[in-house]
Amino acid sequence: MSGSERPWSPYVAGALSGVLAVASVLVAGKYLGASTTFVRSAGMIENTLSPALVDTAYYLKYNLAVDWQFLFVVGIVIGAFIASRTDGSFRVQMVPDMWTARFGASPLPRALAAFAGGIIGVYGARLAGGCPSGHGLSGLAQMSVSGFVAAACFFIGGIVSARLMYGRATR
Amino acid sequence: MTLVYGLITGIVFGFLLQKGRVLRYDKQLGALRLMDMTIVKFMLSNIIVAMVGIYLLRDLGLVKLSLKATALGPNIIGGLLFGLGWGIVGYCPGTSAGALGEGRLDALWAILGMLGGASLFAHTYPALKETVYTWGNFGKITLPDALGVNHWIVLAVLAALYVLILRFIERKGL
Repeated sequence: MSGSERPWSPYVAGALSGVLAVASVLVAGKYLGASTTFVRSAGMIENTLSPALVDTAYYLKYNLAVDWQFLFVVGIVIGAFIASRTDGSFRVQMVPDMWTARFGASPLPRALAAFAGGIIGVYGARLAGGCPSGHGLSGLAQMSVSGFVAAACFFIGGIVSARLMYGRATR
Repeated sequence: MTLVYGLITGIVFGFLLQKGRVLRYDKQLGALRLMDMTIVKFMLSNIIVAMVGIYLLRDLGLVKLSLKATALGPNIIGGLLFGLGWGIVGYCPGTSAGALGEGRLDALWAILGMLGGASLFAHTYPALKETVYTWGNFGKITLPDALGVNHWIVLAVLAALYVLILRFIERKGL
């Protein structure tokens, strides 16, 4: 970490994002979430390859077009870009530091793990009915029983997985 | 207009995620390895504020809840699978987009994998619908509904619990 980085307190950033979540529900009637966008995007890609591919029950539940959440996810890319450019924390990097320390700096193993983990992660998120945004943040803010169950399982699965990847943590 | 709101909300959310430093792989794995609880601090702060705001506005009749079904089969199996993948990829769907924005290009592989996972799910859904989805289905319920207790009481207890968790984390220096 360079000394020029000036992160905000996660409490402040988190609380402000809570205000944002409430404003979004009030103004647009939309709760924050992200993983449905991956379904829509995958469906849109498959539809251009062959419309027959998306003639299946799950895709038929969704209007396969750009919607509020799709632009929300695009906005996250832009917002993170702006924030990181304004405080010098933007950094082009193919392999994260923690990964390098454990598995080395070669980009290929990291790419394979990110790809495979992404498949498993979103498969699970869709089965669970949402991701840490939809179930975790929006679900827990509404005190939905599904949110508590899913968020607990996200962290239990994640802690076990991280332990398998890294072994016992040494600080 | 809804689309514009989506973009603006995303930009502000991405900005806050980045400023709170919760996007990167090292922070996600830091939490899962119980070494750095930055993302938990961010999430619980978000939840405490949003919980109060949403229930206040709901009592005023200004907003409606939008609950996801509680079905123990898919919630638990899907949740654990998500966690397993999360520990490998180190990004969740929202943070993969944000990590890409701050230059972490390995998030591109994550996003491609996530699109693949979504596609795989869509094509296996018919088989899941008849099996996993039927296990332990309670419909759209909140914790106050399930307990039969006034929602402000449950909310106050949860908020106190979250603050205690955060205090514990701070005491441990995580």
